[in-house]
Amino acid sequence: MIKAEDFELLCGIVKSRSGLTLSPDKAYLLENRLMAVARKWGMNDIDGLAATVRGGPNEELLREITEAMTTNETLFFRDQTPFEQLEKVVLPRLLESRRERRHIRIWSAACSSGQEPYSIAMILKGMGSILDNWRIDIHATDISRAMLDKARAGLYTQFEVQRGLPIAMLMKYFQQAGDKWEIDPAIRSMVEFDEFNLLNDPTSKGQFDIVFCRNVLIYLDPPTKTRVLENVSKLMPEDGVLYMGGAETVMGVTEKFQPVNEHRGMYCCVRGGGGGQGMAPANYASNI
Amino acid sequence: MKSCLVVDDSRVIRMVARKIMEELEFDVVEAEDGQAAIDCCNQVMPDAVLLDWHMPVMDGLEFLYALRQLPGGEKPKVVFCTTKNDLEHIQEAIKAGADEYIMKPFDSEIIQSKFSQVGLL
Repeated sequence: MIKAEDFELLCGIVKSRSGLTLSPDKAYLLENRLMAVARKWGMNDIDGLAATVRGGPNEELLREITEAMTTNETLFFRDQTPFEQLEKVVLPRLLESRRERRHIRIWSAACSSGQEPYSIAMILKGMGSILDNWRIDIHATDISRAMLDKARAGLYTQFEVQRGLPIAMLMKYFQQAGDKWEIDPAIRSMVEFDEFNLLNDPTSKGQFDIVFCRNVLIYLDPPTKTRVLENVSKLMPEDGVLYMGGAETVMGVTEKFQPVNEHRGMYCCVRGGGGGQGMAPANYASNI
Repeated sequence: MKSCLVVDDSRVIRMVARKIMEELEFDVVEAEDGQAAIDCCNQVMPDAVLLDWHMPVMDGLEFLYALRQLPGGEKPKVVFCTTKNDLEHIQEAIKAGADEYIMKPFDSEIIQSKFSQVGLL
């Protein structure tokens, strides 16, 4: 059983580096996940790990401790609806409003092993020649280097390609590579992966018309949620669209976004004193 | 309640599949080969068929061709569920009229994901 002071120390590291909040009932989870890190560093138990941490700064070790505590659960086309909306409602509208500039930027924040940005890329590919002469950036970020390596490799197990991915998409966009499935290089090259911690200021990333930030805020405490969402809102134009996970809400977190009626998980930007001046929720609703 | 015909020559697989489909609130009928499955379809056409490929008497692909010729046989959503896990077999099955394809081993999450994609969940 992990000692209370070790739990506090390790949780503190994870919290300050990633915003991840672990309640005391998650002690077993911390112990389980960090045993692998301890062994890798030649220690027999969490006591040893905590002692090393106390012994002095070790950036690599602290990074591994933090990464080990992140949740990387993901699947292709998770929840289906956001991707259908993207194709049928959000992109057509942006293609109209950006027809002069012909440039759209999408951010998949906390992309884990890449299923979300690759799902977006497959949707875009499927839209065909309508996107000729358009530049569409898919910028995908995660805090975990291990996850980004996997995402960049574009190699998935048989189990992973059967979760959420329709068979027609598998046939069209994947090749067998031994006992794994490799995503088509044409899809892979549509996504740019980058390491990014959502606690940091994202200003240098530039503007994003669409942001997917799903199933990550649930792990953060309320002030951190607010900070992340307010940072994201600064990068978005008035008619930008944010996607959050099915179990997440902006209510009580920020007034910079408001839910779009009848589109679960979809949020529009709110400028100034509220009452979205950009794309009113009703406009989206009328398209369905 | 929607119905699902589970076709597999393994009693164990049929039992596991039945349990998963019943949890997804399907009414389940079992058949141990393609011919027995055709007999079932001649009596009552199911909403879905979860179909093994390699079976004695009549295999999954032969069943699928025969099913699609039956009156009303275009209606059931057919989901292959087989150890044949290469692209050539997948293409062959889809060309023959399968709606989805599961590579064994499977679990309830994969079945749920596939049945939701064919619009039955």
